[in-house]
Amino acid sequence: MAILELTNIHKNFGRTRVLKGIDLTLEKGQVLSVIGSSGSGKTTLLRCINFLEIADKGEIKVNDKVIFRAGEKISSKEIRKRQLNFGLVFQDFNLFPQYTVLDNVMLAPRLLAKEEYKGDRKKKREIFAEIHENAVKILEHVGLSDKTDNYPCELSGGQKQRVSIARALALSPEILFFDEPTSALDPELTGEILKVIRKLAAEKTTMVIVTHEIDFAEAVSDRIIFMDDGVIAEEGTPEEVIHNPKNERTRAFLTKLSDK
Amino acid sequence: MFLEVTQSLLEGFVTTFQIFILTLLLALPLGLIVSFGSMSRFKPLKWVIKTIIWIIRGTPLMLQIIVIFYGPGLMFDYQYPTLYLFGIYELSPRFVCVLIAFVINYACYFSEIFRGGIESIPKGQYEAGQVLGLTKIQTFFRVVLMQVVKRIVPPMSNEIITLVKDTSLARIIMVYEIIWSAQRFIKSDGLLWPLFYTGAFYLAFCGILTLLFGFIEKKLDYYRG
Repeated sequence: MAILELTNIHKNFGRTRVLKGIDLTLEKGQVLSVIGSSGSGKTTLLRCINFLEIADKGEIKVNDKVIFRAGEKISSKEIRKRQLNFGLVFQDFNLFPQYTVLDNVMLAPRLLAKEEYKGDRKKKREIFAEIHENAVKILEHVGLSDKTDNYPCELSGGQKQRVSIARALALSPEILFFDEPTSALDPELTGEILKVIRKLAAEKTTMVIVTHEIDFAEAVSDRIIFMDDGVIAEEGTPEEVIHNPKNERTRAFLTKLSDK
Repeated sequence: MFLEVTQSLLEGFVTTFQIFILTLLLALPLGLIVSFGSMSRFKPLKWVIKTIIWIIRGTPLMLQIIVIFYGPGLMFDYQYPTLYLFGIYELSPRFVCVLIAFVINYACYFSEIFRGGIESIPKGQYEAGQVLGLTKIQTFFRVVLMQVVKRIVPPMSNEIITLVKDTSLARIIMVYEIIWSAQRFIKSDGLLWPLFYTGAFYLAFCGILTLLFGFIEKKLDYYRG
């Protein structure tokens, strides 16, 4: 059974058609990379899945349950609940600058726990302690044990991005999405992010990664899709897509990249 | 004589301070609410609020005080009743009118500062809140507001210091604030210096406020962004 299933996703911005019918399935534990030139709709696709944009047409299923169907009205409370299936790591981190690294990671789980255990103070305290413990563990996992009390402004770009990965992991999402996680970083800092993602892949975390790092995509992914002009132009294993592309446009894109 | 003048000015200053602090406490939250209105996606509300802000900022505060105090009497023959706070404290209609005029006026100015602050927060902060499952209210109060506060301290302190001196407009409807107290000495004793002496009170008070704002800014300086 597929963990994620997209059917015929369309999205227009005004008269610009950005997504023109995307069909996609993803198995649990798989890593999927999305490549393609800018403007091909990669980021919009990610944003549609994560409810940051509302698709005009199509359907999204998680574990065979419909979580989005175009035209269906759902309450914002329900959207929030469904959103928690996913974690999203942004290109430019979007950390909360007024909170420490640890508080950035703990904020969302704690607010959720507060809602859930309203009134039950003892239970709330227990959960809060658990969340704290978990956050410390996750930060250790991404190699930031020594930065828990720092503020985001005191960190390097790579460290910030690792905090934002930890923040997304703290809610234990079914699928973790990355929107060009290394594009805002200096080249020498991309390595530490890729290392964390590799580690997560080895642990069978289900991930979808929009990226320009072709070598990395090849090394870490089970599958790669190449998007062009709002459609999936090519799809397959890294071997197939990167080394034996069938589509003319995939070839052109890869040649352009390797020329740089 | 000096002591007598000082004492009289201090009494006036108490009223000045009351206008100041009550305006501040009421206009800050009201300003935040007005700023939400002026950013509303519901167009009619947005335009009503924008029109009110235009009128309030486009006319002198002195005129607004006069209209609020004399307007109902002139137009509808309505007399303001004397109000009692908690049933004991007498609030003169004059003082209440001054307060209403100040709160509305300053709420409009504050609202524009709030709006500027809120709109300067990157969209990514809201999106991060959303994908982490925070409600819109949680995102605003837990994530955005603190950053807004940090950004608006300098323009706010400007406006608040202006408020200190604007309180002197209250005397137009005979609310006995500090300038009024000083002017009395011109009429009764032919003394001019008490009027200039009031400057020292304003200066001292604004000095304290400046230090306070400096302290707040420093407090918020632990993070950037």
